[in-house]
Formats: sequence, C-alpha cells, structure tokens
Amino acid sequence: MIQSADTRALSTLNAGESCWVAAIELNGLLRRRILDMGMVPGTAVECVRRSPAGDPIAFKVRDSIIALRHDDASNIKVHIANKF
Amino acid sequence: MNSTSESHQQMLSRHFGITPAANQFVVALAGNPNVGKSTVFNALTGLRQHTGNWPGKTVDNAQGTFTYQDQSFLLVDLPGTYSILAHSVEEQVARDFICFGRPDVTLVVLDATCLERNLNLALQVMEITPNIVVCVNLMDEARKKNIQVDIKALEQELGVPVVATAARSHEGLEELQAVLYQVAKRNLQPRPKRLVYSPEVEAAVEQLLPKINRLIDHKLDPRWVALRLLDGDQNFIDTISVHLELNPLQITKEAAV
Repeated sequence: MIQSADTRALSTLNAGESCWVAAIELNGLLRRRILDMGMVPGTAVECVRRSPAGDPIAFKVRDSIIALRHDDASNIKVHIANKF
Repeated sequence: MNSTSESHQQMLSRHFGITPAANQFVVALAGNPNVGKSTVFNALTGLRQHTGNWPGKTVDNAQGTFTYQDQSFLLVDLPGTYSILAHSVEEQVARDFICFGRPDVTLVVLDATCLERNLNLALQVMEITPNIVVCVNLMDEARKKNIQVDIKALEQELGVPVVATAARSHEGLEELQAVLYQVAKRNLQPRPKRLVYSPEVEAAVEQLLPKINRLIDHKLDPRWVALRLLDGDQNFIDTISVHLELNPLQITKEAAV
C-alpha cells in the first residue's frame, strides 16, 4: 500500500483526476458493495465526470464505471496520483 | 453423483423449487449482471426452458435443459450478482443455491472486457465449492477492444477449468459443454487455489475449524463457514440452521467458546 500523509476525500476529485484508494471509511453493506466492485486500498480510480449538482459522481474502477453518492465518496480517502 | 439421492431431491424441490430428473446433472449458472449470462443460458438450452420464481422470493428463476453425449443437464440460472456476501435477496438466492442446493457443477460466467472485477465472484464461489467451471464470455467484445485473455494462465492461477466463449455467436459452447460434462462426471476434478488471509485471520480460522467440523459434518466447506462466522454474518448463520437443521444459538455459542 502507498503510504502518504496527504489524503483527500474521493468526493473532492475533479473530472479527469486520478487517485489511489487509501482507506474506505464505510461500514456494513455499503462497504461490502464497494469492495465487491473492486475498490480496495491501492486500487487506481479516475473521476470520469461529475453531475451538474456534484452528486452523484462517476468513477472509473478496474475498467468499469460506477456512480457514487457524494456523501459516500466523501468517506473514501485517496492519494492523488497525477503528481508523478 | 449426489443429485440422485432421494433426500437431496426433496430438499431441492422444497427449498429451491427444482426437480431434476433421475440421473440428471444440475448446473448452477452464476455471474455478474451484464456478462451475457442469459445469452449463455439461451444458447445452451434453446427453447427447453421453464421460468418462475424462487420459492417465497420475488426473484426470477429460469431453468432449462440440454443434452450432451446422451447425458441430460438441468441448467439453473441464478440472479446476476457482483458478490454472494452482501445481502440483497438476489445474492442470498445465489449463495443459498450454490451452498445448500449443492449443484453438480457451478458455472461462473465472466466478462472478458472487465475480468478483474468479475473474478471477485469466481473467487467467492471457489471458496464454497471445488466443482466449478469458469466461462470467460464476451470474447468477441474483448477482441474489438484489443484485450487478450490468456486462458491457460488464468486456468493455472485459479486451479479450475476455464473456457473462452462468445455465446452470441455460439463460439466455444461445444467445449463448454464438454468441460461441464467432465466436471459433473468427476472425470475432471478442479483444484481451486485457496485464498490465504492475514496471519490473524488464518489463526482464528484454525481455532474454529474443529468445532465447525463437528457441527456441520462435511455438508459445507468448513473453512468457508469459519470465514463467514468471523465476518459476523448473522444472516448466513440463520440460513445455515434452516438448511442443515441446526440450532443457530448452538452455532454461535460453539464458535464463541
């Protein structure tokens, strides 16, 4: 896993930005579902587009696109990838 | 073959609304949504289909038959799911059938264009049963996107038979039937690679195994049951007790000791 102090919420990404998942701070069924979609710590995620009101947000994960509610995405912490 | 025993027949009929003929092999068909599972189902069974609901659930149930080398197969289409661990009704139906319906073979259909995400389900099924065949479908789509799938390597990594298909154009279906036949007849015995968890989890599983073995008497994979108990999966504990006629309190207590 990538270790770094500066994590951001997944919900703060703009369209076109990429990141690595740092931690999934969700519980229960939603956590299970997120993991089942292949979003685990270390997974590369790209923000594909944001809806006009910023909720929901579409992300590309392992070659498929999923939409997350803003509230749920804000509980997923990521490292921004495009600094490299 | 286990599907011929009378009590197993009764159980299939009572819990799952499925009545296979004598000597008919039961094949469960699992897969993520939109992987062409229904296309595989239709291509294999043609018009020999019957649709309805799972007993007591508002979830569609489709069954169909096909014959290969004079051997009849009953193909049971499970709901499309990403997982069999979360608890939507669809996922429960799929899990319960694979787990307690004990089909002769479970066929897991994967989408060749997004294998990574699809493999999650295959790995989950591999933890429940060794009688599994993996079908990498939508190979035509993958070719269009310049995605190549190394079937042999996948087979080695998983330890189970893998067949590439494009069900839409009937590509690979003959081979799929042949492999299903071999696994159902137990001429071909898949050896699914076991997932190893963190040392803490493995230690806890080791501790639980003897007690679980005593309780479930080889009716389920004990390692898998141990993992679900560690998950705190109360829904599964309740379901186990219904299907294996155990006392749920007893399971929880034994596991807690």
